[in-house]
Order: sequence, then structure tokens, then C-alpha cells
Amino acid sequence: MTRIISYLEAVGEALEQELWRDPSVVVFGEDNIGGTGCDGTLGNAWGPTKGLHEKFPGRIFDTPITESAFVGAAVGAAATGLRPVVDLLFVDFAGVCFDQILNQAAKLRYMVGGKARVPLVLRAMWGAGMRRGAQHSQALYPIFAHIPGLKVVVPATPADAKGLMAAAIRDDDPVIFFEHKMLYFTRGEVAEQPYEIPLGQARIVRPGSDCTVVAIGRMVAEAMAAADELATEGIDCEVVDPRTISPLDTATLYDSVRRTGHLVVADEANPRCGVAGDIASLVAENVFDALRGPVRMVTAPHAPTPFTPALEDAYAPTAEHIATAVRATVSWSKSKEHATS
Amino acid sequence: MANEGLGRDQLIAAYRTMRTIREFEERVHERFAAGELPGAVHLYVGQEAVAAGVCAALADDDYIASTHRGHGHAIAKGCDLTGMMAEIYGKSTGLCGGKGGSMHIADFERGMLGANGVAAGGVPLACGAALSAKQRESGQVAVAFVGDGGANQGAFAESLTLASVWQLPVVFVVEDNGYAQSTGTRFHLGGRDIAARAEAVGVPAVVVDGYDFAAVHAAATDAVARARAGGGPSLVECKAQRFLGHMEGWDHQAYRGAGEVDALWAEHDCMRLLTDRLLADGTVERAELTEVDRAVRAAVDVAVEQARAAPEPTVDQLLADVYVNY
Repeated sequence: MTRIISYLEAVGEALEQELWRDPSVVVFGEDNIGGTGCDGTLGNAWGPTKGLHEKFPGRIFDTPITESAFVGAAVGAAATGLRPVVDLLFVDFAGVCFDQILNQAAKLRYMVGGKARVPLVLRAMWGAGMRRGAQHSQALYPIFAHIPGLKVVVPATPADAKGLMAAAIRDDDPVIFFEHKMLYFTRGEVAEQPYEIPLGQARIVRPGSDCTVVAIGRMVAEAMAAADELATEGIDCEVVDPRTISPLDTATLYDSVRRTGHLVVADEANPRCGVAGDIASLVAENVFDALRGPVRMVTAPHAPTPFTPALEDAYAPTAEHIATAVRATVSWSKSKEHATS
Repeated sequence: MANEGLGRDQLIAAYRTMRTIREFEERVHERFAAGELPGAVHLYVGQEAVAAGVCAALADDDYIASTHRGHGHAIAKGCDLTGMMAEIYGKSTGLCGGKGGSMHIADFERGMLGANGVAAGGVPLACGAALSAKQRESGQVAVAFVGDGGANQGAFAESLTLASVWQLPVVFVVEDNGYAQSTGTRFHLGGRDIAARAEAVGVPAVVVDGYDFAAVHAAATDAVARARAGGGPSLVECKAQRFLGHMEGWDHQAYRGAGEVDALWAEHDCMRLLTDRLLADGTVERAELTEVDRAVRAAVDVAVEQARAAPEPTVDQLLADVYVNY
């Protein structure tokens, strides 16, 4: 049975169902209860862990502000029999514990010749739009996707958030789970029973024949709005959400580009050495012969996220930016075909 | 120096462990100088009583997280000498299949969660193993080894706080060996003893003579008992200088004063201190120790021979074990 719930509730529901399912799952982070030792009447104000400590006493913990210690503890606990789900709060705080992610979590299994597993999930809020300034708004998934040993999940809808969280918790490798703060209160149909969406499986959000628009996280909704507008102009977009950045479902991306001949990548991250560039280069290298126009990247600028609404609203790409890029690549192709015919 | 109630078998076992570490490390030192070993190797000569004293206080299924100077910890925790040596040689028969090397030797079956290439990098991992033991109600204890250099890291300070707040069954063992790479403690430590940092966040701490097996063992036994009984974390700070350089092949110890190392060998060699004690109080006969020495040498001989003869990993191993599945 499905019903309409928020992205935030979907994440929380996955946590609760996995806590029921597997006694080795533990959940911790700053304010995951909202006051260690409290009687539960306070509790975390609004996050997905709200109320979990009442249902699962002794399995949800608050942490001191010690990211290196508790992220590292998650690695050690994962390697010795638990499945920790750790809350980093904002992904920007990876800066204070990056060693434990980069050098410990990601590499432990490889360094010991496969004799260890590190089944942990690191939850992290990301993204611009909430007026939180440069240190609370980044889209850092490309940095994590660059590192072998990590898996990177960026769900765009409540249904995907739930199914991907379940898969991430059940996965035997370390997973960084990106939750866009501006999507938390978006709502959608979500099945009540537990389910998994396999990591590494893209979703074709909207089939189309003229241009593939690969969109990540909050950009999926922007891409859909762009597609609606472009449809009125006779341009039929195929919107593809990779859902996981690592592993990346290249087969679905290539197949889509083979059918449409055009690619636009919409990504809220900064442009240099990022996922948009990665997807563009993969397509150029592997399905070049299918391309009938230049690949376009629609990203945030190479700048930190500004605070003031006047600037932040100009920071992340919008449906209009995406539509402009689609028109550019599709018309390039048409003009070329005219020129050569 | 008292024997702190240690029985004859325990003392002979301690001697065997320390002799094994010494023999292993001196052989690695020699083989490195001969050009047989690739990479970075950090040796434990001089500090043997610390690893032996701490690990003798642990059960087989207890955990340790080690440092870049990890051979002694691994041996004291029961890791296989041949597997270790093959790992240092980069061979497929190594404990990590040659992918880890000296700085990442690990054997989860022996509770050895790994040497670590990052100073204090393993300290949070030990806290996690302790959390796991606590959640599973297994009664296991975790030990985090860290050097005087690593003790300056945020990960160490944060781990003390986390272990204190969560009352984890973890023992922090600080090995103050006098130097962080080339920089002496008087130039890099703020405050004389790292133990005081633990006490500041509610973790009981003691400072012991790290050359004295019995003193280390007694302090570790107390700390492990506290952890196992649910009494939370402790810290044992062991003062024992390393006798060799920071890293093989690179370090000529120009930063050490004239005669400093000679004086250490003359006055603070933990092997000689233990040997003298065992012989002086009649615990053992010289011949028994000679027999231990012979057996240890033979075991290290075998480790080197087998490591040399072992095959290299095949290139297909390059991509194995990055993930469980991908």
C-alpha cells in the first residue's frame, strides 16, 4: 500500500524498518536523540531520527561534536559486526573528519586484502537554497565519488530516498547518503512496506526522444519543469536520474544518449572535476558516434554558495538554465544537418 | 622492579613475545638494509615491553588498533610471523595479500584491526570496536595504540571524549617514544604527560615505565579489567624510547644527542632488564632462555625464507576487494 509522505519521513521510515529488520543496525550522530539521557520528551527537533530512541532504546545515540571520533567509530564498529548509520548533519562537516572517510572507511577492506567489510551509511544533508551560507550548502558528492571504496547515493524523491536508504543499510560497503535539505519537505507516493532500490540503477523519470537530460538530486524536478516547457516547443526530453553517483549506471545513460543523440547534464555541484564533467566525458568516450550535438553541462558556478537570497537564488541551476542548454544542443544539431544536407 | 604477582609461565611467555618482536624487527632492519624490502618500514626495537605487556592483558578475541609502528603490536596479539613477513615483502601469502604492507598489517581473526598510515587514525576505529563489543554484550575490550606524535591529533582528543561520554570498553595506550618523526617531545608536546589530557575529560590515566614489562602489564590489566567490568575507558601512558630511527632507510637520527642511543641500550633495554630479573630471582635458568632465543630465531628464519620464496600477487588482484560488490 502506498501513501503520500515527505522525503524526510521516507528516510525516517527506512531507518525504522531497517532497525526492526536487523538488530546489528545502530544509529548515531549529533542530536539524533536530541539530548542524551533525556527522558525522550525533548528529542531531535525535526530530523529523520525523531522518536526512534523510544522505539529502539539503546540503539540510537547522541554524540559529542567529535566527527573524527564518531565517524571513525562507525568504521571500527562496522568492521566488527555492527551496521552503523551515522549522521554527519551537513556534508560540509566532512571537512573535519575526512581522514576517517578517505583513509579508513574507503580503504580498510582493500588494505587488508578483502578480509574486512565496512557496512556503514554516512548520512549527510547537502545543497543550496536554505540561506545557510558557504559552509552548510555544498554539493560535495563528486569528492566522495572520486574515492574508490565508497558508494555515493543522491536520491531525488521520497520513494527513492526510502528504497535507497534500505539498500544502503543492507549494503556491505561504506555508503555516503546525500539528503538534499530543500527536498526534505517535498512529498510523494511511497510504499508502506520495506523495499530496496538497488544501488547503481538509474531511473528514467520521463522518456523522450530528442535530448537526454541527466539530472541529480534537486535538479530532477528542475529538469522535469524544463521538459514540460520544452514539450510545448516540440522538443521531447528524456530525463534520467542516476540516483547513485558511484556506482554509476552508465548502461542506462549510454542507451538513452544512443536514442536521443543529445546530452545535457544538470548538476548542482561546482563544475570543475565534477559529476557533470565525468558523465560528459564518459559519454564522449563511449557513445561519441551517437552524439548529434555538443554535450552541455548546467551546474553551479565555480564559486562558494553565497548567503543572501539575492545571490543564492542565482547560484543553483534552474529549469530555465536547463531548457536553454537543451535548446542550444538540439538546435546546433539541426543547423548542422541543414548545412550538410 | 617487582614481578607484580606474575607467574613463571607468564614471564617466560612475555620473554618469548618480546624476543620474537626484537628478532623480527632486527631481521627486517637487516633485510631492508640489504635492499630486499620495498616501501616504508617503522621498527619497534626498544618498545617491546609495551606491546607485550598490554597484549598479555588481553583475551584472544579482544581488539587492538595499531599505528604505523605496528609490527610489535601484531606479534604480541598473535599474528602469524610468516604472514607478517610475507606482507612486508609484498607477497601474495602476506596477511593482506600484499596490498597493505608494513603500515597496514592486519589480522581480524586475531583481533588485530590494522596498523595505520595516519597518526592516530586507528584510535577512533578502536572506539568503534569497543562500541560494537558493548552493543553485542560480548565482553570484549579494544585497545587503541597511539604515539606521542599521534596524541596531538584531533582524532585522539575527540576519541577520549567520545569514549568517556559513551563509557566505552576501550583502553588508550600512549607510547611516548620520545619523538614524532624527528621532533623530540620537548618540542612538540604541550604539557609533560599526555595522561593529563585523558583525566581532563574524565578518563582515568596512569603513566608507567614502558621498559618494564611488569609495570606495563599491571597497568594494562587494571585498565582492561575496568573496561570489561563496564567501568569505561582508561589510558595507560608508557614511556619507552625507540632505539632505531623513525623509518628504515631514511633516518640517521641526527636529531638525537651524542651517545643517546648507546645510553638507551646500556640502561633501558627492556630485553636485558627482563632477562636480568628472571635470572636474578631464579625464575628461569639461562639455558631455558637460550632455548627460547633459538626457537624464535628459527621461526623468524622460516618467516623470511617463506616470504622470499612466496609468489607475487597477480595483476588481477589490483581490482579485487575494492568493494564487496559494485
